[in-house]
Amino acid sequence: MMLALFADIHSNLEAVTACLAHADALGANRYAFLGDLVGYGADPIPVLDLVERYATSGAVVVLGNHDAAAVGRPSDPLRANAATAIEWTQAQLGSKQRAFLEQLPLTVREGNALFVHASAAAPERSIYITGPGEAEKSMRAGNAVYVFCGHVHEPQLYYMGGGGRPMPFRPVYGTAIPIGVHRQWLAIVGSAGQPRDRSTKACYALADLERERLTFYRVPYDHERAAQKIRAAGLPERIARRLERGV
Amino acid sequence: MEVPRTGSEIDGFCLGDLLHTGSMASIFRLTGPRGPLPLIMKIPRLGAGERAVNVISFEVCRMVLGALAQSPHHPTLVAHGDVETTPYLVMEYVDGARLSDWLERAPLPAAEVARLGAALALALHDLHRQDAVHLDLKPTNVLYRASGDAVLIDFGLAHHSHYPDLLAEELRFPVGNWVYMAPEQLLGVRCDPRSDLFALGGILYELTTGRLPFGKPTSHRELRRRLFRDPVPPRALVAATPEWLQEIILHCLAIDSRERYASAAQVAFDLANPAQVAITELGTRLRPSGAVALVRQWLRARRFEPAPCPPPSIPVERAPVVLVAIGTRHTDEPLFEALREAARRLTRALDQCRVACVTVVPSSATLRGDSEEDTATGRHIKYLVTLRRWAKPLELSEERVTYHVLESDNTAAALLDYARLNEVEQVLVGAARSGTGLRLFPSVAAQVVAEAPCSVTVVRPRAET
Repeated sequence: MMLALFADIHSNLEAVTACLAHADALGANRYAFLGDLVGYGADPIPVLDLVERYATSGAVVVLGNHDAAAVGRPSDPLRANAATAIEWTQAQLGSKQRAFLEQLPLTVREGNALFVHASAAAPERSIYITGPGEAEKSMRAGNAVYVFCGHVHEPQLYYMGGGGRPMPFRPVYGTAIPIGVHRQWLAIVGSAGQPRDRSTKACYALADLERERLTFYRVPYDHERAAQKIRAAGLPERIARRLERGV
Repeated sequence: MEVPRTGSEIDGFCLGDLLHTGSMASIFRLTGPRGPLPLIMKIPRLGAGERAVNVISFEVCRMVLGALAQSPHHPTLVAHGDVETTPYLVMEYVDGARLSDWLERAPLPAAEVARLGAALALALHDLHRQDAVHLDLKPTNVLYRASGDAVLIDFGLAHHSHYPDLLAEELRFPVGNWVYMAPEQLLGVRCDPRSDLFALGGILYELTTGRLPFGKPTSHRELRRRLFRDPVPPRALVAATPEWLQEIILHCLAIDSRERYASAAQVAFDLANPAQVAITELGTRLRPSGAVALVRQWLRARRFEPAPCPPPSIPVERAPVVLVAIGTRHTDEPLFEALREAARRLTRALDQCRVACVTVVPSSATLRGDSEEDTATGRHIKYLVTLRRWAKPLELSEERVTYHVLESDNTAAALLDYARLNEVEQVLVGAARSGTGLRLFPSVAAQVVAEAPCSVTVVRPRAET
């Protein structure tokens, strides 16, 4: 099974389309969408319709904090630009998209993997996993060999050491990392729709769970077009510039 | 898994003689299946009473060896078993003498130390350029093939910066061989290729003097002495040690990794070109640092902050050897200046790079002359002077520039050999000039471009108007 993992798409249709094409070329046959499908970007409806089609054919989809806010159930307050974009998104959504978002679970457990948007320790809150402390709480609460998540936009892999403390690792893109089932792993797959590490390329990860390998990828996409759509929709200029500069 | 023994079969592999039993693993020759390579199987010691680090070290060995490009400098990994059920690694059997065999005869002559050391440094460079660090370099982990190539074995404690460092947390107490361990390794740093250069320095020291630079520490306290104590200079133990060899050894053994060589290729270069080693106080000293310096080093050690690890791929590439091919038989000032300008740009951009100025002259036998100036040594000096004159305007410090007069009737072949032997990263060569009657390297540039193991820049002076 080749499991493609996408997080923080944020209504960026160009990015998710490019990542899906990349993953399919590498043989992806299972899909997981780790929350924050909407927010910031200009294409909430096409993105939600696309993800819903995948969900119908068995993809894992969990709810993110922006998704919750878009259906009027915000967890923690959003920052100014994010809040503006969510108000705009709310106005776009039809009943079909709202119904899809409203039924999304906060976590999905499948075999030895747990899927969640932020921390498995408190899935309903928007806790950022920025260090071994938060990673450890999420891994313990997740109680699975693999915890796959997003929320933090930069990709990171935590692995449990013998001392019971997770160690952080910044993945090298395109290198398959052995992820043996004899230890616990927490993978933050990185943001597909809004990378913030000075690269404009979209992030996603591909897990080969039979061979116990995880590879993080960066995929170039038409970020200028995505930024242009944000401007055309009248969303804050800063969000458009973010896509153009990756910051 | 049953206890493996000679005659057992594991996943189709037939175990032959037991070659080695260590604290972490046992190694068997394989008698089948037959294939192109002679094989061994390494089986970690697991189970009751064995250390947890054994299994992690097995994972690390598999991960690092599996990631390295096939090369004569490490055994090829052929197959591996599942870590949970039947852990094993099947690897190429390397038929060669261990470096530890030479130690029995130490102290060895400088030329032999340089030959063994240069081959080992090239093997390390091959590893470092792939973003991996061995971290357990010792004489029993180095073999030499009949070709003279050094082979590194046992990657159980290695670090590869493309993969999670599974050992990082396990090792609150540094594992590895204490005898050759670098100071920063004591403090848990596992990503600095220069740690291997420290161990290399320790090995060269031992080959040269027959003694260990820091003895055999038995406690953590004794181990920590190398954070401030420098070893007795080799020349104080074996008076015949040349200054250049001591310079190289002590340069490798610097406490702060930033003060060591910047790359293993540079160590190999110096060992292969002793006449070019710039001798400093390190090379001439006959006793370790005095009391005042010792106190200063001890105070520094108490606040010892290991150098940050160089980012992947950069350390090796930023410390390259650049070969500039210079024609000395005729003077072509516009071409000289064009080469100088190209070299200047490189040395400014890469503050760790070194420039090797190389000229190829016909071998002595083919050039005959009667005057004093035409004797072999006279000519050699003349060429050296031309090289120095070429390099002077670059204003490089002494240790960043070296001069080589190669004798050969085939200029391109001599340059290519030199580039291969010295792990040159870039060649600057003048373009053949037509119509001037001064075709310095007729077709040399073309042949070098076609066959060089590295990047080549063909430099051409601006057309005169």
